[in-house]
This record gives sequence, structure tokens and C-alpha cells, in this order.
Amino acid sequence: MMLSRTYAIFLRQVYLFRSTPTRLAGVFIWMVIDIIQWGFISKYLGTMGQGTFGFLTCILGAIILWGFMARIQQGIMTSFLEDIWSQNFINFFASPLKIIEYLSGLVMTSIATAVTGIVTVVCIAGIAFGYDFFMIGLSLMPFIIILFIFGTAMGIFVSGMIFRLGPTAEWLGWPIPLVLSLFAGVYYPIATLPPALQVVSRLIPASYVFESLRDILIRGASFTDVMLFLLIGMGLAFLYLCAAYAFFIKIYRRNLESGAIARFSAES
Amino acid sequence: MDTEPILQIDTLTKVYDDVTAVDHISFSVRAGEIIGLLGPNGAGKTTTINMILGILHPTGGSIRIFGKDLATNRSTIGLQVNFAAVYAHMPLNLTVRQNLHIFGLLYEVKHLKKRIAELLTQFDLEQFADTKAGLLSSGELSRLSLAKAIINNPRLLLLDEPTASLDPSVSQHIRAAIKEYVDRTQTAVLWTSHNMQEIEAVCDHVYFLSHGSILLSGNPKTLASEYGKKDLEELFIAVAREPLTLKD
Repeated sequence: MMLSRTYAIFLRQVYLFRSTPTRLAGVFIWMVIDIIQWGFISKYLGTMGQGTFGFLTCILGAIILWGFMARIQQGIMTSFLEDIWSQNFINFFASPLKIIEYLSGLVMTSIATAVTGIVTVVCIAGIAFGYDFFMIGLSLMPFIIILFIFGTAMGIFVSGMIFRLGPTAEWLGWPIPLVLSLFAGVYYPIATLPPALQVVSRLIPASYVFESLRDILIRGASFTDVMLFLLIGMGLAFLYLCAAYAFFIKIYRRNLESGAIARFSAES
Repeated sequence: MDTEPILQIDTLTKVYDDVTAVDHISFSVRAGEIIGLLGPNGAGKTTTINMILGILHPTGGSIRIFGKDLATNRSTIGLQVNFAAVYAHMPLNLTVRQNLHIFGLLYEVKHLKKRIAELLTQFDLEQFADTKAGLLSSGELSRLSLAKAIINNPRLLLLDEPTASLDPSVSQHIRAAIKEYVDRTQTAVLWTSHNMQEIEAVCDHVYFLSHGSILLSGNPKTLASEYGKKDLEELFIAVAREPLTLKD
């Protein structure tokens, strides 16, 4: 694997952001709107309770982390779509570029945009609602890593789907974070769901993150108490990442057979 | 001159469901040679080029480049191969310089800044260096495409209708630039075109494809008379309309 080629794919996206700064809006706007909206909702719900339950603590951290995961997934997908819209596939894939280098470049782009987004909303949450995102300190890192790996897996999977079905399949990619959030325990504990749906939740790595986060923030559990849960989440996230990569490679090989790479365009 | 072929194609075949796009074709290209691949639309020229580029898997046959099998050495071989095609767009939302920078990184070009400066001069693109590719004229875009195609000093260059849709003056300029480059570097070139005068002017040898097979081949300057035709264009029309009458 050549880092210079991965860097080339990343740099292409940097050039695009630099030449059209309006693209930056997409990096911040949804996360900022989410955090402001949920900040006010949490404040309002807080005034209705007995003052013993911290809605802000509970919800805002989850919203920020979920926004981070969604940005990772969508960052990969939109960078991939950019290459479709620009009809770059022939030039890219006829070069010595390997799939792992290409996907790493997309992931690097999504890290840059997601980190920019999360830093912005953490600042907004701190200034507007007095929320301290780092209240559990470095223990937050495993939560972020699991969500990053899972977001990457979802981004690669959706890109593979678009690669297989054509650019119009992007509409299957946008709602994925929303659909997953129903089962991932972002807004409510998984125990709230009917038992059958709880089984689905257990298959989603993010559910282990949010359940653990709630345990620490609300029930005062220690990091050691949730360690096993996080390990399961991490294992699942890795499994999905490997599966998503294998899926993308399979689609790429199929397209090499069918000639779809040469013919792939925004109209296909 | 190196006598080992740079590109060796043996019984190359591509079948899509029940359509045979390329049917057991064999030919080779040596260093410093410009080989023309001719034929009507749908004859299999672009399919052949796509297989040599590694973006389409052959159904059968083999492609050897620099003596190595393409199927198992694509990344290594790719460092010394490049192409320009009328249908392969450069990213239009990047500037000329940014495009060359990205592709220079992809092809692991050493001393990239210096190489980009050389190419901008060589293809008269200095004044457009910071212009987005989407704002260039067809001629300027073709020059950018060719600059990208030789950025890595390829030993094998594939040109799929490099002068299509260009006016005669720009076409001549581009042809001259490629000829000069090949003479200087001894690069092997596979060139497809529908412009028979162009083919006659630049190619050392041509292969006429019809329905995926090589129908005839030879020196572009003498081939037409060998088949009783006035010129290459008349021969091309015969290949397109009545290929069976040309079979030996």
C-alpha cells in the first residue's frame, strides 16, 4: 500500500473543499442543527422533571457521538459519489491505485470532516448549554473508536451498494444513520424496545456504546464495569468492517468482469 | 532497439453474455512503435484498451506487458503505463495544476513539482495552470489529458481517439507533440482513431478490427492499395460495410 496514493485521494477532496467553501456547510450544518435542537429539547424536558435526571448529560453526549458516526459514514459515501459525479473511475482505476488505497483515502477524508464537525458541535454544546463533552475524560476514546469503525464499515458498505446498483442508490445511503438510530439506543435505552427489536439492537455495535455511556453517566458505573460491553461492540464493529471491505472488493471484481467501471457514470 | 515486445496480446477474448466483443485477437507493440487499432464503432477497440488498462477482465487469452502477466502484476505494470481517452474525463472541478498533482501522486512521480512545470510548458498550459479543467476548451482539455498521460514517462501509452472533436490545427499540434515524445522516449503506443489521415501520418502498423476480430493488418501507407482501395478511408468504409469481401 502506497501512502502517496491514499494521500492523492484525500487531497482531491481537500482541493474540492478549498475551491468551493460552500461544501463545508455540509460538514457542520446537520450536526449543529441537531445539537441546538436537542439542547433546547433537553433543557425543556429538564424543567419538567424533578431536577434529579440530567437530560442534557444523557442526550447531548449521545447526539454528538451519533453525529460523529453518521458523518464518518456519509463522508465516505459523499466522497465516493463525488468520483461518480466527476466520472473519475476510469482515470483512477486505470492507474496503479489499489482498492485499499482508494478506500483509505475516502476514510481519511471522512475523518477530517467528522473531526471538524465534532469539534464545532462540542464547542457549541459547551458555550450554549454548558455541556462538558469530556466529562468522562480519556475513557471516551473507546466509545469514539467503536463508532468510527462502525461508521467506516457502513460508509464502505453503502459505497459498495452504490457501486453495484448505480448512483441512484445513494438514496439508500442517506437514511441509514436514522434507521440504525432506532435500534442503537441513541435516544432511549434498548430496554425500551420490544424484545424482538432488542435482538436487532444487540447486533449493532453502536448500541453497546450508548448503553455503556448511559451506565457511566446516569448509573455511575465505572469504565471497568462496561469494559466487556465495549469489547463486544468493538469486536462487532471490526467484523462489520471486514465484511464491508470484502463486499466492496466483491463488487469491484464483478464490475471488472461486467465492464461497469469503464461505463460507470452519473447516468448509469 | 529493444526487440522484446512491450505489449503482447495473445488470443484475447471478451464475451458479454451472448455477445463476443473481442474475439481471439493477437498482436504486439514494441518500443518506439505506434500501432493503430482501427475499426467502426463497436468493433472492439475500446474494449481491448480497457482490458489492457486492467479495468475490464478478459474472458480468455492473455495480456503481457514488459514481459509480465497483467492479471497478476497490475499495480507494478500500471506505474509504467498511461492513457488518454476522449471519454475519460479529468476531474473538471480541479484546476490543471491540481489534476496533474493528484495523478502525479497516483503514479508515484518523483520530483513532482518539477515534472508538472515541465508538462505545463510542454503542452502550453502555463497560463491555465490555476484554471479549473471544466473551464478549458476541448483543445486545452485534450492537452491536459495528454500531459496527464505522460506524467509518469510511461513505456506504454494507450491513446483512445486522442484528437476526437478537435479542430485540424489543434489535432496536428497534439499529433506532433505525441510523435516528438515517442521519438525521444521510444515509448510504445497503441492508438485508436477514426481519422484515417491521422493514422497514416503517425502509425507504423495498423490492425483493422471488425466484430471483435482482426480483419486485416499492415503498413498504413500501403495497406489500402494491397486491398485495391484508393486510400485508408475507403478501406475503413469497406471494413465497416462489407468486411466479408476483404477476407482472404
